[in-house]
Amino acid sequence: MATAYASTASSSRQTQKIITRIIQYFILSIIVVIMFVPIVILLFGSLKTTGEMYSQPYTIPNPPHWENLWGVLSTPVFWTMLKNSVIVMLGTTAGVVFVCGLAAFVFSRLEFRGKSWLFNLFTLGLMFPINVAILPVYFVLRQLNENNVPLIDSLIGVILVQLAFQISGNILILRGFFTSIPSELQDAAYIDGCNNFDFFWRILLPLAKPALAAVAALTMIVSWNDLLVPLVVLNSDELWTLPLGTMQFQGQYATDLALVSAFVALSAIPTVIFYIFAERQIVSGLTAGAVKG
Amino acid sequence: MQQLPAIPNILKLKRESSVPRRLQDTLLIALFLSPALVLFLLFVIYPIFRSLYFSMFDWNGLGPAVDFVGLKNFTDIMTDKVFLKALGNVGLIVAFSLGLQLPLALALAVMVGRDLPGRGMFRTIFFLPYVLSEVNVAIMWMLLFNPNPDRGLINAVAVALGGEPVGWLSDTDIVLWSVFIALTWKYFGFHMLLYLAGLQNIPAELEEAARIDGANSFQNFFYITLPLLGSTIRTTVYLSVLGSIQQFILVWIMTKGGPVNASETLATYMYRFGFVRFQLGYGSAVAIYMFLICLIFSLIYQRLSRQPDYLTGL
Repeated sequence: MATAYASTASSSRQTQKIITRIIQYFILSIIVVIMFVPIVILLFGSLKTTGEMYSQPYTIPNPPHWENLWGVLSTPVFWTMLKNSVIVMLGTTAGVVFVCGLAAFVFSRLEFRGKSWLFNLFTLGLMFPINVAILPVYFVLRQLNENNVPLIDSLIGVILVQLAFQISGNILILRGFFTSIPSELQDAAYIDGCNNFDFFWRILLPLAKPALAAVAALTMIVSWNDLLVPLVVLNSDELWTLPLGTMQFQGQYATDLALVSAFVALSAIPTVIFYIFAERQIVSGLTAGAVKG
Repeated sequence: MQQLPAIPNILKLKRESSVPRRLQDTLLIALFLSPALVLFLLFVIYPIFRSLYFSMFDWNGLGPAVDFVGLKNFTDIMTDKVFLKALGNVGLIVAFSLGLQLPLALALAVMVGRDLPGRGMFRTIFFLPYVLSEVNVAIMWMLLFNPNPDRGLINAVAVALGGEPVGWLSDTDIVLWSVFIALTWKYFGFHMLLYLAGLQNIPAELEEAARIDGANSFQNFFYITLPLLGSTIRTTVYLSVLGSIQQFILVWIMTKGGPVNASETLATYMYRFGFVRFQLGYGSAVAIYMFLICLIFSLIYQRLSRQPDYLTGL
């Protein structure tokens, strides 16, 4: 009796578990479909002619038309924007890793008077995102321009502003990573005759490579996708970055949805490829930042 | 640095190195901190004061600001219906985010859990929109929201199911929902990611023990999982509110804040005055208000989140 009871109980639990699993997968699959619909519709659109886009906008492009994609790829403007985006992205990322790496080392490993005060000052930046500060920042850029520091309409200006608004968050992330490196290592290094710089350069940085990669991957995404700073800082169209160009292109060719789709698809593809390869870094950077923030 | 030959070697060694080392340390600290400090002060802190100054002028950006108006911009803003509308919209976006987007993210995170086969794949897919640029996301959703059922997929589905086509971006009662749908599509994966990381930190034994004690899944969720996720939830609430306050690009591209200001946000309002109408003094005052809102919210948040540990678990 007892064993029969136990076996029916466990088999009913088993069926219950299977049913739960089926429901879970069902709901998750619906969400997966919802996630893919906007992307798939866009990709379909980029493979259609303008006429097809109007007559059958959400069907599978059969046969696919590559004209719009080639059309965008064969315009020099697209490549100029791509180049500008790459320059800004690399500049901002290199800057963030360098500037925040140095500062985070000091905040995590060295002691000095006013340290916590200074650190709190930096965390203040978390409260003021760039979207809120963009007009005030524009004033300062103008003021610098009047004093012969030409940052308006220059990629350097875009890089510096993006960099400045990445400082707070990334110091926080890197400080967390640096602090987690055991202090015994630091003591051992000092006993062996290292000074602070040696410790930073020879021991901490090599150990912190995953953290620096996470910060770099995160910054690359933010910089690559940023529209607001280029929009406000840049005037000349030969300096436009991809998001800025996408926005202008969308305004200009609003009626040619197939062409706009092709443009958007081509500007999004690098991001998606990068995401697939750097997902681990991006995720670890984001979770570290959010948990410590 | 004076040499004292009478002192034994070991002490001399210590003396010799201690003074320059301290100087060396100070130099290193200054050198390492200055790039971050200079950029931060110049582009993040100083602008706040600069715009505080300009907010007291009536200034169109041409020539120097000379037309001092005191606090007039600030009082004008408070009586502008469009600003109040923008403020209300931001409040709604915050409410939608906290009431719908975060619970959705949490529910999906719990569903994916720690060990569902395919967990990594779901995470990758749900998080994908987060890495796409807001411009691209806005354009994708504009295609879907096209009011003509022959062009826009959503209305096509609505008509196929026997409904009426909806003016997703042209109906003043609906446009904010449409924007919110696009926002949720893009951002819920980020919050889900944080919840998944939080769940990872909850020991499975706890839920196992509760189950053995006879707790059902609901009790398990509300008495074990939810309290232990406390700190993660607080973090997502903070990020979500701050993100909602500053919402700009997606709205600007999809609707420009329209129709008739129905989807105006604080950031689109500021951008319009600052960069479209060139009323820079007025725009500065808007920026100051936004700073204050962010600051007050952050302070309240810090106050509230400093709860005793036993309330939050982690």
